[in-house]
Amino acid sequence: MYELERVEGDNRGDVRLYAISTCVWCRRTKKLLEDLGVGYSYVFVDLLDRDPRSEVEAEVMKWNPRCSFPTMVIDNKRCIVGFQEEEIREALTYGG
Amino acid sequence: MVDNIRVTSEKVEGLYRKLDRDARNAGYNLNPDTAFTRELVEGLLVNEKRYGYWACPCRVAEGDIEKDRDIVCPCDYRDPDLAEFGSCFCALYVDDEIKNGNKKARSIPERRPDRETREHASKEKEEAITRPQEAGSFKPRLPVWRCTVCGYLAAREEPPLVCPICKAKKDRFERFL
Ligand code: SF4
Repeated sequence: MYELERVEGDNRGDVRLYAISTCVWCRRTKKLLEDLGVGYSYVFVDLLDRDPRSEVEAEVMKWNPRCSFPTMVIDNKRCIVGFQEEEIREALTYGG
Repeated sequence: MVDNIRVTSEKVEGLYRKLDRDARNAGYNLNPDTAFTRELVEGLLVNEKRYGYWACPCRVAEGDIEKDRDIVCPCDYRDPDLAEFGSCFCALYVDDEIKNGNKKARSIPERRPDRETREHASKEKEEAITRPQEAGSFKPRLPVWRCTVCGYLAAREEPPLVCPICKAKKDRFERFL
């Protein structure tokens, strides 16, 4: 098992971010979420031990078979791979 | 958990300068967004402490050089990504257009194949090298080694210690012919 870290903010649904702590696109994605004031959960996959890491990777691969990071999953319905600023804004802004 | 690794800003600055110099000498460019680039350089140094080598900051390393060699920076995917998208996956290296400010670096798709495909491909490569040559097929007088980072070919008994083009180390060469 692994635990997601929670960042409080406006409720725009279940926003999950799979990220790598040293990856700058991942950091930009986190920062964008924080600038948007959206509440979300995240995990730094590179900081996990092997077993929980495999677990996360299996989960990510369901959405993004290349298993690249950042991968964002919204409400278990929509997946955004990479730092796609416009797409993320559009997905998480009301009336957008 | 290995969350507490810190590197000093002097170290970051030192490696940043070195990479910048090496890139220029070899015809590559670092991302001109120096804050962005320094963060990546810091990631390389963190990974050096974690794994003993410069695993790509934007990918998950296994911690086993045999499995991670293709993502030791500069990775095997840098040059094809520079050609197709104008930057490497992390956007540490960029093409002239981005360097000159005519285009912005952006997050690009992952080129590295998934784990299963990688394992399969490495087995196939081994088999191809050990397979007996078919009659009449071309056999070079010397082995030909290919730099997996930049594609440089060298016909000699052993690969060079350092690629004369992109400065990748000897272990990044594969038997090509
Ligand atoms: S060249 Fe770019 S994508 Fe490849 S390992 Fe280095 S930083 Fe990562």
